[in-house]
Parts: sequence; C-alpha cells; structure tokens
Amino acid sequence: MTRDRRLSWINGLLLPLFNVLTAFIATGIVFLFIGVDPIEATKILLYGALGYDEGLGYTLYYATNFVFTGLAVAVAFHAGLFNIGGEGQAYVGGLGIALVALYINPAMSSWIVIPLAISGGLLFGALWAIIPAYLQAYRGSHIVITTIMFNFLASALMVYVLVNVLREVGEMSPESGDFIKVSWLPFVHDVFASFGYKIARSPLNLSILVALFFSAAVWFFLWHTRWGFAIRAAGKSNEAAIYSGINPKKIIVVTMCISGALAGLVGINELMGVQHRLFLNFNYGYGFGGIAVALMGRNHPIGILIAAFLFGILYQGGAELDFELQNVSRDIVVVMQGLVILFCGGLEYLYRPVLIRFLAPIKESK
Amino acid sequence: MAKSNIAIELINVDKHFGAVHANDKVNLSVESGTIHGIVGENGAGKSTLMSILYGFYQADSGQIKVFDKDFRATSSRQSIEAGIGMVHQHFMLVDNFTVLENVILGSEGGALITQSLANARIELTRLAKEYGLEVELDIAVEELSVGMQQRVEILKGLYKGARVLILDEPTGVLTPQESDELFRIFEALKNQGVTIILITHKLREIMNITDHVSVMRAGKMVAHRETSKTNPEELAELMIGRKVLLNIKKSKAKSGKALLIAKNLEILNEQGLKRVTEVNFEARSGEILGIAGVTGNGQGSLLKALAGILPLSKGSIEIMGQTITPEIHLNPKQLRELGVAHVPEDRQKMGMIAEFSASETALLGYHNDKEINQGVWLKRSSVKTNCESLMQAFDVRPSNPNLLSSNFSGGNQQKLILAREFERDPEVLIIGQPTRGVDIGAIEFIRKRIIEMRDAGKAIILISVELEEIMSLSDRIIVMCDGEITGTVDAKDANEATLGMMMANALQPQDEPKGVKL
Repeated sequence: MTRDRRLSWINGLLLPLFNVLTAFIATGIVFLFIGVDPIEATKILLYGALGYDEGLGYTLYYATNFVFTGLAVAVAFHAGLFNIGGEGQAYVGGLGIALVALYINPAMSSWIVIPLAISGGLLFGALWAIIPAYLQAYRGSHIVITTIMFNFLASALMVYVLVNVLREVGEMSPESGDFIKVSWLPFVHDVFASFGYKIARSPLNLSILVALFFSAAVWFFLWHTRWGFAIRAAGKSNEAAIYSGINPKKIIVVTMCISGALAGLVGINELMGVQHRLFLNFNYGYGFGGIAVALMGRNHPIGILIAAFLFGILYQGGAELDFELQNVSRDIVVVMQGLVILFCGGLEYLYRPVLIRFLAPIKESK
Repeated sequence: MAKSNIAIELINVDKHFGAVHANDKVNLSVESGTIHGIVGENGAGKSTLMSILYGFYQADSGQIKVFDKDFRATSSRQSIEAGIGMVHQHFMLVDNFTVLENVILGSEGGALITQSLANARIELTRLAKEYGLEVELDIAVEELSVGMQQRVEILKGLYKGARVLILDEPTGVLTPQESDELFRIFEALKNQGVTIILITHKLREIMNITDHVSVMRAGKMVAHRETSKTNPEELAELMIGRKVLLNIKKSKAKSGKALLIAKNLEILNEQGLKRVTEVNFEARSGEILGIAGVTGNGQGSLLKALAGILPLSKGSIEIMGQTITPEIHLNPKQLRELGVAHVPEDRQKMGMIAEFSASETALLGYHNDKEINQGVWLKRSSVKTNCESLMQAFDVRPSNPNLLSSNFSGGNQQKLILAREFERDPEVLIIGQPTRGVDIGAIEFIRKRIIEMRDAGKAIILISVELEEIMSLSDRIIVMCDGEITGTVDAKDANEATLGMMMANALQPQDEPKGVKL
C-alpha cells in the first residue's frame, strides 16, 4: 500500500473510528460517575438498539431523520457554507408536507399524492433556506447567524400556524387533523406482512428508501454533474470559481435551497410515515444532530449513512437505557451525542499524528 | 581557513517531509563577513534549509554550528539569540504599526513599552546611520513603499542583534533601481562585518553581488563556487543538471489584425478602489504584448478585467468583434466561449484548487463543455482522458490525473494550467506571471510554448513582474505605474534602465531615449 493510500485510510476510517471509541470511553466514565456499570450499560444500549426486530426498527427510523439532515449539512458544507438551520428547515418542510397531505383530493392515488407531499417538504425546506442564502450572498450577513435566527422564526411560525390555522375546531392541543390516508407512507412491517413475512411493529417506514435514494442522488449530484463540480469549486476557492465563470453568489443560493430541501424531508419520516398529522416540535434535535452526523460522516453520503446509523443506535439504545436503568435518564443520549461531537468534530485530528507515526511513517515510503 | 572565520557551518543536515527528501545530507559553510548566495530551482530545498536555520523546522539529522557553537533551534527566538536574522519573501510586518513599533515587536521588554520605544529609537538611529538604512521611524508601515518595508525588516534583524542575515528572494517585489539600492545596503552591511545569505533564483544578482555561491538541486548541495570563478551558464547547468537556453530564440513577429482593443479603461478593484485609469492599447494577432510594472500598479486589475472577472467602470474593450463596456459585461465563461484564454497571476488561489485532483483542476472553466458532459452526467472517464491528454501535451509530471493538485511542483501546476488554457485553441491569450515560482527547466518550456502560440497567430497579452521575461518574450512593451501607462516601447529598443525608470514613472521627457513614446 502506498503512503497516500494509507493516509486516506487513516483519515477516512481509522480517525472517525478512534474518535467514536474515545467518545464511548468518555461516556463510560460518565456512567461510572453516576454509579452505572459501563459494560452493563453498553450491553443494554446495543441490545436495545440492535438486538431484536423492534429495536432495530426504531434505530433505523431515527437514522432516517439523521440521513436527511446530515445530507443537508453536507451539501451546504461542500459549497463552504455552514447550514445551522436544518432544525428550522425541517420544521417548515413539515408544514409543506402537511398542506399537501391535509388538503389534497382524497380520491387521488397514493402514487401521485406521496410524491406531491414529498415535493411540498422539499419546496418549503428550500424556501426557508433561501432568505438566509440571499442575505449571505448579496448582503454579506453570515449564514451561521441568519440560519440560527431562522430556527427561532420557524419555531414561532409553526406555533402560530398550528394554534391559529391548522388546529381543528374544539381541539385543545396545537396539532393538525389527521393526514388524508393516501398520503401515508407504508410501515415496513406492513410491507413485509403483505409479502407474508412477519416482523415486529416499529415506526420504521418506507421513507428509509427515500433517504437511501437521496443519499445516492446527493453523491451523484456532487461528484458526477457539472453543477456539483461548480458547487465544490466554489466551496474550495471563491477566486477559482469566479475565474471559471461560476457565480459564487448564485451557488450560495442554489446550494442552500438544495440543503434546505433535504432537511425539509424529515417530515416525510415523522409525519407521513409515523404520526400522520402535524404537531409541535416533531423535528426536535434532528437538525442539530445532522451537523454531527455530517461532521462524523466526513460530508460524504456513505459516511453519513454510517454516522446516521450510529446516531440511530444512540437514540434508540439511549431510550432503552432510560427504561432499564433507574438512575439513567434519556438525557444521557444528549451527553453521548455531545461527546461524539466533541471528539469527532472539535478534536477531529487528536490521534492523527500518532496514527501516522505508527501506520504510515515517512521513512518507509521512500 | 581559520576556524573563527566561519559564521555558519552545516554538516550532513538531513530533512524529510512526507515522501519528500527536502534536504539530503547538506553541507555548507559560510564565511563570516561575506555575501553568500544560495541558488536552486523551486523545491530544491533552499527554503527548507533556511527554515531549519531559523528554527521553524528541526533537521532529522546532522549538525549545525553557528559561530563555532553547536546550534539546534526549536524556535526562531533561539536563532535570534544565536545572531541569525531572517527577511522573509513575504514581509512579517504589522501594517498599521509604525516602523518603530514593528521593530520592537517581540522584544517589548515589560508591560509598558515607553522605555523600550525610546531605547529603540536611539539604537535605530545609530544603525540607520551606520549602514545607510534611513527610514522614517514614526510612519505606519502600510504607507511605506515595498523597498522601504524591506529595509524595516533588515533593521528589525539588526536591532535584534543579527550578525547573520538571511534574505529569501529579496528582489522579487522591487524595481531594478530599488534592487540596486538594496545591494548597496548589502555592501555596507558586509563592510561592517555582517554575514549575508542571499537565496534567489536570479543568477544576475548572484553574479553581481555575492562572494561565494552554493547550488542546490533536488535537496542536495551540488556545488560550491567562488562567484568570480563561475558564470551564469555554469550555475544554470548545475541547478538543473543539464544545459539550458536562458534566452529563447524567436523569429520576428508577424503581427496581424488587432483582436483586442482597449480604450480609456478605468477599473476598480474588488474593494472599489480605482486601480487603472486611462489605459489604451491593442493586442494584435501573432504578437506578444508585454505589460511591465512593479507588482500592485494596476496590472493585476487590468488582467482581471480583460478576463471578465472585474467589470469596467469606464471605457471599452473590443474582443473578437464583441464590445465590453461598463454596461455590457461579459463574464469569464462568455469570454472563454469567444476564444479568450486566461492564465491567472495567482496560480495557487485562482488557477487551480489545491484540494482538487489534477483532473478536476484541468476542468476549471471548461466544466460545461459538451465533450465531458452527457445530459446531467459529468463523465469521469472523459474528465480523466482530458487531463491525461493535457498532461501529455505539456509534459506534466507525475502524469497522474488522480493526484491532488497541491502535490505537484509549482512548475508542473503551471504547465497543467497552461495546457488547460492553450489546448482549446483560443484566439486571445491573457497570461499573468507565467513563470512565477517555476523552476528553470519549466521556464524554458513554458516560454517556448508561449512563442509557439504567437507564431500560430494568437494575440498574447503577457503580464509579468520579471523584466527579463517581458524583454525576452514581448514584441511590444507597455509599462504601467500607478494604474496608468507610463510608456510604450518596441521590444527591440527596450533596455532595463529605461523600463525601470518608466516603472517608477521617473522618466523625464528630456531623458526620452530613441523609440520611446510617452
């Protein structure tokens, strides 16, 4: 193996692996402090997330959300933009989905309604990203600041819409009525059942296929189209982009639209797939989780799939921990996530010098 | 040689960077009180060697002695203490600090700097007198000319007690007159017993100013010579390991019709500052038009406007029958479609993307081409073959399209960019600093290719800060100073002295030599 190849293995695989392991060890120490046996906790976590059909279903269902927001962050990242607004874009995307799913003609076929509802999510997510993008491109306001502010705006807007517009008459809780049935995405256990296989019920639904489709689409778009090339060029060097006849301002707006649209898909899993209604804070935490997923997945769709799966495990396993151990609350997931972000993001290159010294020393490569 | 006479001695100094053997058992001894030149191509290891001396890097093995004491610096502070001062290619000055403040930076001596400022003032006045380094002390550095800023750097080194001064490509940013002034300072320093190590790739300077010269090639020290006993041809041959043509032969230009006509151009830079005013010229087919000038006198903005990166604020450019005005802007893509190729001045930032593979860098500006796109699909295989053929045409090494652009040497990066721009058969070529940071072997190659394009009937606009390059390639030369054209000369009538005067806009009408129009 040449040294370059070894280096890419170190950067692409070993580093994230070591970082995750470190995060787990650090979590283990936290467990020790609260009087929980870390090995026991790991067993519960892994069994809860992967050990049986239902747990695995939940894990994949959580992972689906992270794939969408992870892809959103990654696409923006390739254009040199840090989209912190996945949270808000996912939320408003949900509104787009709900508007189609609530008001479409119920006599229409699912084959038309579902793509339409997905388009609603894409469109509204994109719209929520376009204003920060415009402000960054043409007015110089920093996208990080504006997208954070747009998360708060989204939150306020959705409360207003749910309380004053979509809430059904006589209903106390701020949520919409049920979606029209043709807009529901089938559960995976139902699909399996129709083929005669019986698996445990879980919220896992066909939106996972949508997530896989968009992962492939993002990969193709970024690395195998001229537009993806333009985005990556603009992300790496503004000057080289202008030199090449690429308009970086346009790139900012277009990329953020794509990013927002991808985040807007969280709703198809949560709303069309599981809850079949629009409600408050259905997006909670997935937008920010997407940042960690993209970071860990090195902004590559394959990495994002892996990282999203890991986060799914943390979510589902964490819930299981909460259930099984009385001195652990679900917040431990947030602690674990935080540690993963710390070690995969903030301390990304912690082990790099050591790994290089042992695995790809300079002398040998001559 | 008496032992005490050696200022710096390197014995078998060895340094690796990744797979690169930057310094391979380098030996060097520099006599105290002399000017010692170190020449070598880019990437020969000169800068690494000096960085080791200055404590930026540590040698993997080998021994260094400074004034007979063992020396192993892990920071620049230790080097300063040992009496070594360095003037970097890019100045390390704080622009909005005064000269005085810049000089005491790093040796403030206490929380209140009033006392050290006062001390420094006395000391600097003495140094300035002793070495002929007059600089106004209370002026902000940003208001000084480049030549003056360099003096501040030298003063900084002397103030910190340097007995050995290392200068890395000090004349790259100077007019010929400023360079001569610098060399006078060198002489004064030498007479006071200061040792000077001059790193350069300009053989003329080596011949003019140094006492000894050492040649590096591919990390090795290949020769030491007394300057008086060598000549530029021998040094060039030592540097690249074979004979080179320093002057490229070219036939007489057969200029045809004007393909690009610039009228009354006024151009603002990205910050909205006026950089070019009242510029008129035309570029004809089969001719190389050289634009000379010291860096930062508007040539850069002119180049960008010609390539469609900056808009015009006044005037017009006619290119291939199309007219560009402040109202009608053509972007770089539209200009490429018209047949305008652009080799940018800043290769690293604009001409390529360091983190992209060579095949992707070879695509910049042409990623919409029909040959490599099929519907929405950017065909990787075509991208690769495109790059392979460019690499073959311009002898880019290593010829591996998947290698990161940053992993190529400066010369090979430039060859790849030139290949990308030349191989599409453009009609007008706008070329900025074609050989900046490029090794001699590649310089020869690149210049030949530019002349080939001229002979193929292309109109070429060449911008370079290297006068020697402008003079050896151009058929007509215009000189810019402070955004205006200060002279137009036929290449056959040009000489360094007059061009230098025009570059400083110091040519009086009565000095006007034959053939110079002002």
